[in-house]
Amino acid sequence: MSAIEPTQAAPADQDALAWEYAPAPESRDIVTIAPQYGLFIDGEFRPAAEGATFATLNPASEEKLAEVAKAGPADVDAAVTAARHAYDRVWGPMPGAERAKYLYRIARVLQERAREFAVLESLDNGKPIRETRDVDIPLAAAHFFYYAGWADKLEYAGFGLDPRPLGVAGQVIPWNFPLLMAAWKLAPALAAGNTCVLKPAETTPLTALLLAEVCQQVGLPPGVVNVLTGAGETGAAVVTHPDIDKIAFTGSTEVGKQIAAAAAGTSKKVTLELGGKAANVVFDDAPVEQAVEGIVNGIFFNQGHVCCAGSRLLVQESVADIVVERLQRRLTTLRLGDPLDKNTDIGAINSREQLDKITELSAAGDAEGARRWSPPCPLPGRGYWFPPTVFTGVSQSHRIAREEIFGPVLSVLTFRTPEEAVAKANNTPYGLSAGIWTDKGSRILWMAQRLRAGVVWANTYNRFDPASPFGGYQESGYGREGGRHGLAAYLDA
Amino acid sequence: MPDRANGDRPQTRLGVRKTYKLFIGGAFPRSESGRSYPVHSPGGDLLAFAAKASRKDLRDAVVAARGAFAGWSGATAYNRGQVLYRVAELMEGRAAQFAAEVKAAEGLRRGPADAVVAAAIDRWVWYAGWSDKVAQVAGAANPVAGPYFNFSVPEPTGVVAVLAPAESSLLGLVSVLAPAIVTGNTAVVVASEHRPLPSVTLAEVLATSDVPPGVVNVLTGIRAELAPVAAAHMDVNALDVTGAPLGERGALQVAAACNLKRVYADHERWDEPPGTRRLLSPLEIKTVWHPAGI
Repeated sequence: MSAIEPTQAAPADQDALAWEYAPAPESRDIVTIAPQYGLFIDGEFRPAAEGATFATLNPASEEKLAEVAKAGPADVDAAVTAARHAYDRVWGPMPGAERAKYLYRIARVLQERAREFAVLESLDNGKPIRETRDVDIPLAAAHFFYYAGWADKLEYAGFGLDPRPLGVAGQVIPWNFPLLMAAWKLAPALAAGNTCVLKPAETTPLTALLLAEVCQQVGLPPGVVNVLTGAGETGAAVVTHPDIDKIAFTGSTEVGKQIAAAAAGTSKKVTLELGGKAANVVFDDAPVEQAVEGIVNGIFFNQGHVCCAGSRLLVQESVADIVVERLQRRLTTLRLGDPLDKNTDIGAINSREQLDKITELSAAGDAEGARRWSPPCPLPGRGYWFPPTVFTGVSQSHRIAREEIFGPVLSVLTFRTPEEAVAKANNTPYGLSAGIWTDKGSRILWMAQRLRAGVVWANTYNRFDPASPFGGYQESGYGREGGRHGLAAYLDA
Repeated sequence: MPDRANGDRPQTRLGVRKTYKLFIGGAFPRSESGRSYPVHSPGGDLLAFAAKASRKDLRDAVVAARGAFAGWSGATAYNRGQVLYRVAELMEGRAAQFAAEVKAAEGLRRGPADAVVAAAIDRWVWYAGWSDKVAQVAGAANPVAGPYFNFSVPEPTGVVAVLAPAESSLLGLVSVLAPAIVTGNTAVVVASEHRPLPSVTLAEVLATSDVPPGVVNVLTGIRAELAPVAAAHMDVNALDVTGAPLGERGALQVAAACNLKRVYADHERWDEPPGTRRLLSPLEIKTVWHPAGI
């Protein structure tokens, strides 16, 4: 057990790490946040029928950013009606080549307004500007660009000679990649000829509303995309609306099961992208520094608010010591703080509720006997923060090895043989993703064949691309998003 | 009665009737419950007694199917294709027996019964050939925007519970079973409740071909008793509700949400070309990334 005892001593090259960075804040002036936002229904912004609103906060400061309309059943009905009308009269009959051009327009405006979106996303979500700028926003634009090209080629996609759209799609998305998840949902749906009712997450509504403005700016016909802000009950009203033909949900497995049960006995087609507890498997022949970068990227990217996060590190026993030591040394160089600072690696936890969940599960790790380690890491006085955390001495029965924490918390387990690594990696009801680190090509393919996960990253981690199908096995959900396979979710295929 | 004491022989030989049993893990047990139920022809004649599988039998069948999954899904596609083609060969040899059973079960005349059996064998051959082609049709090399090699392959989802069609006792059964297992899934089949006998004979074919034990498990019995257990079983990955009436499907789908089973609920005509929808249904797409570099 002592093999992976965490080293509390500071690294030898401490002086080299003690450099202070000057602040490098991205200006928030580029984005104008209105004091109030309405729902986007039938091409227009309007208040909720019942007049309800809720506040959206900057999780890094707890500052209120805006008051946002809270959609109720009447608003859901209005949005679905608008979407149905647009599907029947405009978007459904429109030639694919014309639909494509609207999607290309959206992609271009997202690129043109990219910095504005990046700053707004970092403000509303708490994730570092480095990630919104380099990952979220470019990928969102790329998704629209990719699926735009499918809109007039559906008959060649392998789903029959005349694949038909499903109709009105109800899409409920999470707060971890707000704009990117909106793009993952809207782009394939619209390319295939469906119309959409999108429900962004309660804590991150702003970029979806800015995207609604983009829809206006590109001249997208009214009703093709509708955005309903609200909380869980709004999402429930969307997915249970009788005139919804298709449900696409990204979120927790618990809610995913409720949606699957609610859609039972109906003709609604459902795709679910849910939780995960991915194993990131490091073999003794892996290049240690590369593997450490992959481990860090796997679990600390986006504060660990990633369904495919590599939250279980499975490291071969013979190298466990050195991997954990190097990992700890690397973590001491991560910079936690202002999400708008261009040097920030770790931003804010998205909400008080999520911070409480991370705190609770980490306490369970302590209570069950795992050993907690975090780098010296002062946390800002306001806002929601959690330091990068590594638990060693974790066994498979521990809650922190079984439950999705959705935060910057890594559980380290060890293995001796490849067979043991596979058994431990697959010992979960989830099956979204997995990582493999080894220099041996045949072992990569052997592992990749046996890991029961929808995405396997070998000698890399947390890569995403619009051409690459993404989605889980087992209780991580069903259906795929991205690539040709992602189209199937929105066609009668 | 002939007077046997005088050494008279019976005028016709008395047939040896078959005991129709369950098929679990490659063996033919009776139901652990000891129960059976009478099976009648559409005309009301008693055809046989079939084993009336219990919930325990179903759970045993899932254990057998789970145990067989690693080997069957790990076999080469070429091997699975050969094994399934072998099944068709043996079905052909038993064509007359299948025809007699289908005739009795479905109340068909001889000609249509022969045609159904021929279609069932041909369908099995058609699916057998898919084993080493489905990955090329459903997989992809994905052109990601970066220095990575990225590919997607279909993989079997795991243990599939199949509610076989109620009416079509052989062609329907073959049409739901073959697409489930050809890609590497293992199956627990709940046979047609009122027309179960051809499924037991198919099980005998499977047992004497090269299909590994546990890859297919066949339960005869009461659908309403078995289907909810299959739908709620936490170690079943997919559920095909084809054999359940529309009115029962909602409740089964609610139960199936317990572990997010993939549910297949489309309706097909067995006398039409099947297409690939059902074949592609119990599959997962796995995407693998690796950096390209020197």
